[in-house]
Amino acid sequence: MNEGALKVVVDEELCKQCELCVSICPVHVLQISSRINSKGFHPVEIFDNDKCISCGYCAMTCPERAIAVYKPEVERA
Amino acid sequence: MKVVYERPKTLEKVVNHYCPGCHHGILHALIAEVLDEMNLADKAVAVAPVGCAVLAYNYLDIDWIEAPHGRAVAIATGIKLAHPDLLVFTYQGDGDAASIGLAETMYGAIRGMNVTTFMYNNAIYGMTGGQMAPTTLIGMKTTTSPYGRDPKREGYPVKMAETIALQGGTAFSARSSLYNPRAITDTKKYIRHAFELQMAKAGYTFLEVVGTCPTNWGMTPVEASEFAKNELAKFYQLGVLKDVEGSEQK
Ligand SMILES: Cc1ncc(C[n+]2csc(CCOP(=O)(O)OP(=O)(O)O)c2C)c(N)n1
Ligand code: SF4
Ligand code: SF4
Ligand code: SF4
Ligand SMILES: [Mg+2]
Repeated sequence: MNEGALKVVVDEELCKQCELCVSICPVHVLQISSRINSKGFHPVEIFDNDKCISCGYCAMTCPERAIAVYKPEVERA
Repeated sequence: MKVVYERPKTLEKVVNHYCPGCHHGILHALIAEVLDEMNLADKAVAVAPVGCAVLAYNYLDIDWIEAPHGRAVAIATGIKLAHPDLLVFTYQGDGDAASIGLAETMYGAIRGMNVTTFMYNNAIYGMTGGQMAPTTLIGMKTTTSPYGRDPKREGYPVKMAETIALQGGTAFSARSSLYNPRAITDTKKYIRHAFELQMAKAGYTFLEVVGTCPTNWGMTPVEASEFAKNELAKFYQLGVLKDVEGSEQK
């Protein structure tokens, strides 16, 4: 029932567009968005939620702790 | 959805002043995570340095005291003697702990003070605009070694974790880094172990954390992480140098 829910939630105001998370993601599903936050940075976004393996690497690498990561309770068949 | 990672409670929800991609933020967060997991935030008193981490007291929701440049371990010593049951740690740069504050840091180890030091080693004076630090690598260009550090002129880089490990009062000395999830996991493990040893009154605990300064290194954050891995961590080898609880390693 949570199939559509995002596995990676970015607090866009905290993001400084450093791209460490983008470079560390093992399945390459993060990118810099075209939005802009109040400090002038383009926050990161997930562009392929299905491919994300909820490993948490992006969150633990983020110096701003701008990322929360979630894992679906039941894997899709 | 199961939570894999959420921001630790003890990490204040504010935008910090660090440059984009600076590893200081990762080290702050790991300390907050361990304080939360060990339920120690209410017992913790930290000492902030002079250096880029001078405003650290705005970021961790615990008690802090701001030390004059280099004097963090001396102040931590005073706090610990007055309140032996509190968790007391210093958060310092390499310039703060290994240059102007070398005597204070050494005497924490020599006296076996029950406090913990985190020394963020980015091989440079970050706050003041990128001058050479005692930890600057041979050949590394800084504003005060513009042709690269030459040991004939500027001496050799100091290896703090090894030096601290040699002192009798040291319970734990290790070096770790933050350039990838594996290194970050090891750093967190060492933070926890240092706090456990301090609470068991085992002696001085010291963790040198090889970090970055993308701004003064003139690199992007991703390039700086690579430099930390390929250059800094090669000279400053990662691992446990002394652990009174385990066998002493190289
Ligand atoms: C007594 C004194 N001497 C010198 C300074 C100037 N100063 C401020 S921060 C700093 C060094 C900072 O480098 P480091 O400790 O490595 O921290 P970083 O900013 O790299 O994290 C110096 C020399 C000072 N503030 N006070
Ligand atoms: S949780 Fe892992 S797979 Fe998903 S975006 Fe983050 S790093 Fe990539
Ligand atoms: S690591 Fe954090 S601050 Fe850096 S780009 Fe990713 S979300 Fe933004
Ligand atoms: S100057 Fe260097 S150490 Fe200081 S916040 Fe910026 S990147 Fe980090
Ligand atoms: Mg420094």
